[in-house]
Order: sequence, then structure tokens, then C-alpha cells
Amino acid sequence: MIPALVFLPLLGAIIVGMLTFVDCNNDKAKKARIDKIAHWLTSGPLLVSAVLAVLIFNDVALNGNARTVELFTWIDSGTLDISWALRVDSLTAVMMIVVTVVSAMVHVYSAGYMHNDPCVPRFMAYLSLFTFFMLMLVTADNLVQMFFGWEGVGLASYLLIGFWYKKPSANAAAIKAFVVNRVGDFGFVLGIFTVYVMFDSISFETIFNAAPLHAETTIKVFGGEFHAMTVACLLLFVGAMGKSAQLGLHTWLPDAMEGPTPVSALIHAATMVTAGVFMVARLSPLFEYSETALMVVTIVGGSTAIFAATIGCTQNDIKRVIAYSTCSQLGYMFFALGVSAYSAGIFHLMTHGFFKALLFLGAGSVIHAMSDEQDMRKMGGIWRLIPVTYALMLIGSLALAGIWPFAGFYSKDIVLEAAWGAHSIAGGYAFWMGIAAAFLTAFYSWRLLIMTFHGTPRADERVMAHIHESPKIMLVPLMVLAAGAMFAGYMGYENFVGGNAEAFWGDSILVLPIHNALEAAHGAPFWVKYLPLAVGLAGIGMAYVFYMWKPQLPGWLAGQIRPVYQFVYNKWYFDELYDWLFVKPAFYIGRNLWKTGDGAIIDGVGPDGIAAATINIARRVAGMQTGYLYHYAFAMLGGVIILISSYMLFGGG
Amino acid sequence: MSSVPNLAPALPEIFLAIIGMALLMVGVFQKKTDNDGEVRNARMISHLGVVAFVLTGLLVFTVSGPSLSTFSGMFISDPFAVYFKVLVLIASAMALIIAQDFLEQHKIAKFEFTVLLIFATLGMLMMVSANNLLSLYIGLEMQSLALYVLASFHRDDMRSTEAGLKYFVLGAVASGMLLYGASLVYGYAGTTDFVLLAQLFEHSPETGSSLGLIVGIVFILAGLSFKVSAVPFHMWTPDVYEGAPTPVTAFFAVGPKLAAIALFIRVMVGPFGDLVGHWQQIVVLISVASMLLGAFAAINQTNIKRLMAYSSIGNVGYALIGLAVGTEAGVRGILIYMAIYLFMTTGAFACILLMRRGGRMVENISDLAGLSKTHPLVAAALAVFMFSMAGIPPLAGFFGKFYVFMAAIEGGLYALAIIGVLTSVVGAYYYIRIIKVAYFDEPGDPLDADVGRNIALVIGATSLAILLFFVYPGVVVDSAAAAAASLF
Repeated sequence: MIPALVFLPLLGAIIVGMLTFVDCNNDKAKKARIDKIAHWLTSGPLLVSAVLAVLIFNDVALNGNARTVELFTWIDSGTLDISWALRVDSLTAVMMIVVTVVSAMVHVYSAGYMHNDPCVPRFMAYLSLFTFFMLMLVTADNLVQMFFGWEGVGLASYLLIGFWYKKPSANAAAIKAFVVNRVGDFGFVLGIFTVYVMFDSISFETIFNAAPLHAETTIKVFGGEFHAMTVACLLLFVGAMGKSAQLGLHTWLPDAMEGPTPVSALIHAATMVTAGVFMVARLSPLFEYSETALMVVTIVGGSTAIFAATIGCTQNDIKRVIAYSTCSQLGYMFFALGVSAYSAGIFHLMTHGFFKALLFLGAGSVIHAMSDEQDMRKMGGIWRLIPVTYALMLIGSLALAGIWPFAGFYSKDIVLEAAWGAHSIAGGYAFWMGIAAAFLTAFYSWRLLIMTFHGTPRADERVMAHIHESPKIMLVPLMVLAAGAMFAGYMGYENFVGGNAEAFWGDSILVLPIHNALEAAHGAPFWVKYLPLAVGLAGIGMAYVFYMWKPQLPGWLAGQIRPVYQFVYNKWYFDELYDWLFVKPAFYIGRNLWKTGDGAIIDGVGPDGIAAATINIARRVAGMQTGYLYHYAFAMLGGVIILISSYMLFGGG
Repeated sequence: MSSVPNLAPALPEIFLAIIGMALLMVGVFQKKTDNDGEVRNARMISHLGVVAFVLTGLLVFTVSGPSLSTFSGMFISDPFAVYFKVLVLIASAMALIIAQDFLEQHKIAKFEFTVLLIFATLGMLMMVSANNLLSLYIGLEMQSLALYVLASFHRDDMRSTEAGLKYFVLGAVASGMLLYGASLVYGYAGTTDFVLLAQLFEHSPETGSSLGLIVGIVFILAGLSFKVSAVPFHMWTPDVYEGAPTPVTAFFAVGPKLAAIALFIRVMVGPFGDLVGHWQQIVVLISVASMLLGAFAAINQTNIKRLMAYSSIGNVGYALIGLAVGTEAGVRGILIYMAIYLFMTTGAFACILLMRRGGRMVENISDLAGLSKTHPLVAAALAVFMFSMAGIPPLAGFFGKFYVFMAAIEGGLYALAIIGVLTSVVGAYYYIRIIKVAYFDEPGDPLDADVGRNIALVIGATSLAILLFFVYPGVVVDSAAAAAASLF
């Protein structure tokens, strides 16, 4: 059952990938047929996988039958023994549900959304391939297998961001995503090395069991002694930061919106970007032994939450707003992990997976209706024309803003309460940043809704005349996700973070007794419990004031605080900073190495120089061949003399 | 008693000698009324010569047992000798096969060619089996005298006669050195017998380290180096290779090299084996100089026969690496190397023999341009030979180099192995340039289309041998190992 779940998407990807080579020769009917087959052959396996995921979830998480399925040995070299194995415990089961359900919905949705695209089979194959890698990542039994999945999803992400490869901006975004992730992956790899140095193994089973023994181990890095666990965890966290777009390595995520919208929903909202969160939760037995690493995670998470939320308030591209929102919500998850409330982080991950996918696919539906327009300034006043989409987006936004009784309310509240419950400086910082971000989240969510659906239409007549509700094949998946956005929080609360949590998670997450933030969270005072809801409602109210009743206000305010507005609008100048700090110097160094280093020095001395010298020698040597007999005889006698005298001078033996 | 020595070990040589003389008689007394009759006669003798080589080869196998010596220890037949005799006979047979068409085209198809070749081969077989400095010299001279004549076989051609004369004069100098060395060795050691010499040096090392004896060894070494055309005794090679008729060059490049290398190994490892410390350094010097010169001097050549001359100098340098190591692995490396060299070189020369335009030989590398269009199969075979000489895996040439370099590394002669690798990089340049010319250069006037059946046969057989060596290398490697083991 478990291997079937993991490998069905791969099978679909391979078969449909081959359909890419079918040449349709502008035959519309044939292309439609091929597209349909591609669609069924990928969606079908995914739907089966989703059903299996539910069954496995029931068995593994609810009935407590965690298990590992050994597939085969991969590397067996010295003490490095790596097997392919599928490790399924509650944590994995939750991820499986999120991944397969969202993925299945996105697959179905894509049939409608990508209807007119010339390369449907390729798209579907990539999506399924991505799903396979993601499942590989979450079922990993050791760090290397996880890294395999990790790189695999990175590859799929690259392919899908650059799916419309004829668009230069899409290519640039794909490369950016890949390169920025390399930075994170470098950390991840170094982290794996460190773990291997410490434990002599990279199998989860072994390292988790041995972790307590290594709580005080130190390691020498650059001549200094450091706490080994902290070094390993921080390096691994750098990997998580890259994949999950945390502050500093977040720059690729907004640009990744160049990809088709279903991709944004699947990869850049619901699943891949949460891999970092999953990784930290999975490695909780390591992180628990490093206070420093946990503190760093908390602070990075809190900072990302507020930082991305501010930017989200100023963006005008509908998908970019949601992208920054994702970034911000990932920040929430991380600071939950940072205060050892791993279950709360994963809980938020799950609910977020549903409502964020819903928002993205809803945005896709809007874009579809608006003839591929993504700028919210050119929308407005269309809620009557596409009521279903509007209703679904509303549900998604309510969940995102954390309004009772939607999913986001439960998960965001427990995350914030846990931060408060940590009673630490970092936890306090994260709590207040989270509250501020919650306000901004509600504000930008309604800004998005109002700008997109309300007010007077700002699109031209041609577009307006063409606005239509999306087909059922796009709306049904949205409804499934909306159901998740509405009920996942209420239904999951008891098991994930409530009274039943301990039985539910089993051994999959380790929390040391001293890290009791989650228990403290349940005893939080009244104001802590209701502050998030209050600021959420306040944010919504402010959005109405700003964009509905006093539309001149935003412009006036932006004018009043121009420098701040510019700073935020330009995304805190991160791209410019990186461009100046890394990209330009890299290009400069690269160009110099190419022109001077390679061209002049290496080619000059190496190939060209040696070649020239060789030809020169050749000419001289050939010149010795005079053709005169006595020269030759002389050379022979000379040779004998040289040989004998060399023997006599330097002696043999 | 024992007035009649045991003839069995020398049976192949005796047979070949009788055949050679018989064919001479047949040729002389054949009626040759006109030119056609003479060509027919020569062709028949040539065919008979090939048959004789094959039969001799079979005889060689009949005596291929344990070591047997006869003629008062002057002559020895052991696995080492058998290995080389087989190679020499293959080389001679193939040289004879590819020669006939050329000789007929150049109107020098005379039966003496075959007879001379047979006697040269006989000399080589005796060299390979020599177990005494005197029998060594006799074999060597027998071979050389026949070769001098063969070099100037195209006697109306200036270059051919010049080649023959140069070879003769310089060969005489080399023989003189060899004899002088042999007399020095006799003077200090009191014997010329290899077995006795070996025993002497084993039991009284002080005799071995006397300067006079070492000088004698160096002189012998110089004489042998001349035969294998190792630097600095190589000067004759390019001139003779270029001047001699091409099939003769093809023969020069292979047969005598094989025999001389065999002799070189036997003399150095056999009687003087215990003095390895004394001569190792000298062989290293010769080897390095040969590799360097072979690599660098070939680059500027425009004449493909001269290029092959330098190539053979370089190849001898590589083979001598194995000797310099002085171990069984090293000798095994040389034996494998030479077997592969035999096929590569013969094949390459067979291709060169096809370089005719309007019935006349052309010898410039640039004449190969467009070969891939006019003779795709020949071009492919040439590419195989050249890639193999350049040492590109999985072709046989790679393994030849691999075994000697391996032996050098195991023997601790790292510098030699490194120089070997570097010079083969330089060598790769001119080998691959030939392929480039054949495949990518603008074709000039096309070469003659007709490919003789004989040559096609040899090209096919040798290129397949090179191409498929890696499939079943055991044939060569195992017998080479056995042959090398018989020396130690």
C-alpha cells in the first residue's frame, strides 16, 4: 500500500512524459485526445494515492501503527549504509494527506486551467514527478534519501517555474529559484556531513536514538570549538530556510509566481515550501538538544512572518500578494517549531496547505476569468460575475485571516499561544511579531478581496465582456479545498494539539519536558487567546476603511510616509542588495576568470602555450635529422660516450 | 659421442632455411621468357613463402614445451622464444602478403624479395633463440644482411638505394660496437654463454661490477639499441623508412623490431639480470629519450612514412619502460605491448600502401584528405589504428600502454610512467591529426579506388584484432605471462 502510494505518481509521470513525444502536427482533435489521456493518466494515480493516503493515515496515525517499509539497499560503503526505505509515522501520514490531496486537486484543476496550453502532457508529467519526489521526501528514512527528495522537488520546481520557457522572465525566475535553493542546499549537505561525523550514520533511527548521548559533544570548525548539535542543526536549518523561503533566502518565492498558477498552488504554497518545516519537525530529536538552534529558528520565523506581511500589503500582483502571504505563514510555522511546538507548526502547515492552495487556485480562476490579467489595479467589481469563485476566495481569506470557525483560526491561535507559552525572549518576540503579522494578514487579504472583486470595474470593456465563471472541473477541486479550509482546523485540533496529541504523534516528534510551551499555551490567559482574532477583525475593518469607504486614503498615506512605503513596496530592497552583493561580483569575477584567468593565463600557458612550445621543439628536433651519414654515426658514438660517462659519473647500483 | 646435436629444438629454423634455399632454386630455374612470366613466378614464390611461414609457425608450436637448449647451449627454445617466433612469423607473413601488389605496380616484382624475406626471418628466429653472444651475433647479422638488400630493393630508385646504403653503413658501425662489447664481456667474464654468464654474476658480483665489463655491456646495449632504433641510435630510421619501398618499411617497422626487442630482453634479463642495478639507469635514459623524440619529432612531419618512423621510435621507448623495470611484470608488459604493436603497425602500413593516385604512391599526410568519402572502410580502419596508437580505450593500444605503465608504477619508476603518459599525450596529437585529415579536411584529388584483396584482408584482420582485443585479452596476456615467466 505504501509503495503504491509513493510510486503511482512516478509511474504516471513516466508514461505521460513519453506522451510529450507524440507529435500532433497541428491536429487539434488529436492534441485534445492526447491531452485528455495525459490528464487522466496523471490525475487517476494521484486520486488513488490520495485515497490510499487517507487509509494509511487512519491506520498509522489514528491507530498508531507506525512502520518502515524497506525497499532495497542503495549505498553500502564502509560505515555508510543507506537503504531506500519508506518510513511512515504520524508526521509522514499527515504530510502524505496534505501532499496527495492538494496534488490530486491541482491535477484535476489543471485540466481546466491548462486547457489551451500547447504542452499539456509535459505539464502533467512534471506535476506528477514533483508529487513523487515530495512523497519521497516525506517518507525518507534517512537524511540522504530525504535529500534525494529534497533535490527532486527542487528540480520539479525549477522545471515548472520555467514551464513557459519562451518567457525570459520565467527562465530568470526558474534559475533564481534554483540558485537560491543551492545556497540552502549547501547548508543542508554540510548539515548531513556534520551529522555523519557525529553519529557515523545518517539513518533517522540511529541518530535519533543516539542524539541524547551527543547532547554535549563539541566539534572543531575553523579552529574553534562549537557545540556539535547546534552546528548540525543550524546547517540543516539553512537548508530549511532555502526551501521554505525564510528571511534572507526568500527572494526566489515571489518570482516563482512566473510559473502557471496550479504550480504556485501546489509547490509554492501547499507542499514544497513546507518541506523545511517538515524537516525541522522530523529532526526534532536533534533540534531539541540545541537551545541556540531553536532560538534561531524562532527569531527567523518571527521576523519572516512580519517582514513578508508588510510587503504583502503593498504588492499589486494578485499572485505576489499570496506569495508573500505564504512566506509570512511559513514564518509562523517556523517560530512554532522554534518554541518546540512542533505539532502546532505541523497543524498550521496542514490547514495552511488547504486554504492557501484554495486561494491560489481561486486566484487562478480569477486570472482565467480576466483573460490572464494579474494586476489587481486592473480588476474590481467582478464579484457578481463570478460569484462561486468569489465565495471560495472569501472562505480562503477568512481562513487565512484566522476568523472563527475557519481552519486558520485554530492553527494560528495555537501557534501564537505556544509562542507566548514559551516564556522566553525569543518566544515573546515571535508572539508580538505574529500578532502584528496577523493584523497585516487580515488587512492584505481583504485588500486583495476588495481590489479584485469590489468597487468599480477598472478593466477595459473587452475583458469585462469576456468574464465568465470557470468550468466545473476547476471549481470542484476548489470546493474540496474549501471544505478543508473550513473544517480541517476544527476536526484536527483535538488530535494535533489537543488532549489526544500525545497518542496521535507517538514517537514521530520528540519534545523534551523542559520545552513545555504547548502545554503552557492551553493555559494562556483570555487576552492571549482572543488577541489574534481581535487584530484579525481590526485588519479586516481597516481594509474596508481604506479600500471601500475612503479609497483616497491609501494614496494619501503612502505619500505621507513615502520613504517607508517605497522601502516596503520594493520588498525591502532585498533583490537589489543581493544583486549588488552577490550577482554583480559573481558576474565580475566570472568575466575576469573567463577573460584573464581562462583566456589569457590558462589558455595562454596551457593549451596554446604548450602547443606552441611543442611545435617549436618539434621543429628543432626534426632539424637534427640532417641526412648526412657521418652526422648519424657521430650521434651513435656520442650516444655511447654519454651513456658510459653517465654510468661512470652517477654510478648505477 | 653426441657428434650429432639434438636438432629437434631448432626444427623450425632448419625447415625455414631449407625452404628458403629451395625457393631460391625454384625461382632461379623457373623459365622466365618475358616480364609477365617473371611476375607470375614472383607471385607463386610469394604465395609459397606465406605457406612456408605458416608451416614454420606450426613447427614452432610442436617445440613449444619447456626450455630446451642444443648446439652446446648456443641455441635455446623456451616459451619466451616461442612467443616471439610466432609474432615474427605473423609479421613476416603479413608483410609478404601486402607487398606483392606494390611490387608488381612498381615493376620490381622479383622472386628474390620473398627469399630475402625468408632469410631475414630466419635470422630473426635465430636471434630470438640465441643463448650465446656469438649465436646472437650470427642471427643478427643474418637478419641484417638480408634487410640491407631489401632496403635497396628498388634499385633504380635513388631514395631506395640511399636508404639501403645508409642502413648498411650505420648497421656495420652498430655491429662493430656490439662485437666490441661482446669481446669486452668475454675478456672480463671469460665466457660468452648466457647461462654461464648468469651463474658467474650470481656467485661473484664483484666481477659484474668491474668497469670494463659494464663498458662492454653498454656497447652491446648500443648495438641492440640500433636495431630497435632507440635514441640516440635511431638516426637511420626516418631516412631508411622513407627511402625503402613501402612494404619493406612495413616489414622493418615490425619484424626486426620484434626480434631485436626479444634479444634485448633476453640479453639484459638473462646473463646480465643480476646486474640490473648497473644497466637500469642506462635503459631508463634510452627509454625516456626515445619517448620524447618519438613524440616531438613526429609532429612536424608531412611524410607519413617518416611519421611512422618516429612513431616506432616512440613505441620502442614505451616498450623499454618494461625492460627498465626489470621485473617479470615489466617483461610481460613488453610482450603484450609488442604483440599489439605488431597488429597496429602492420595495419597502418597496409592502409599507407593504399595511398596511390594514378598508380603512383603518394606519401604525404595531406593526401589522405577525403579518405572517408572515397574509402570509408579504410578510413575507419585507419582511425582504429591511429586511435589505438594514441592509446584510446577500449582499443588494444590502450592496454599495451596500460600494462607497461602499470609495471613501471609497481616497480617504483614513477618518473618513467609520468613521462610516458605525457609523451603519449603529445603523440596523440599527431595520430589523431591523421584521422582529422582523413575525415574532416577538404578532399583533394581522390586516391585510387581499387583495394587489393590481399591488403583488404590484412587490414580487416588487423583492425578486428585491435578492435576486439579487449573482448578476450587472455589469449595474448596469458601466453605473454607464461613467456615472461620462463625468463625468471
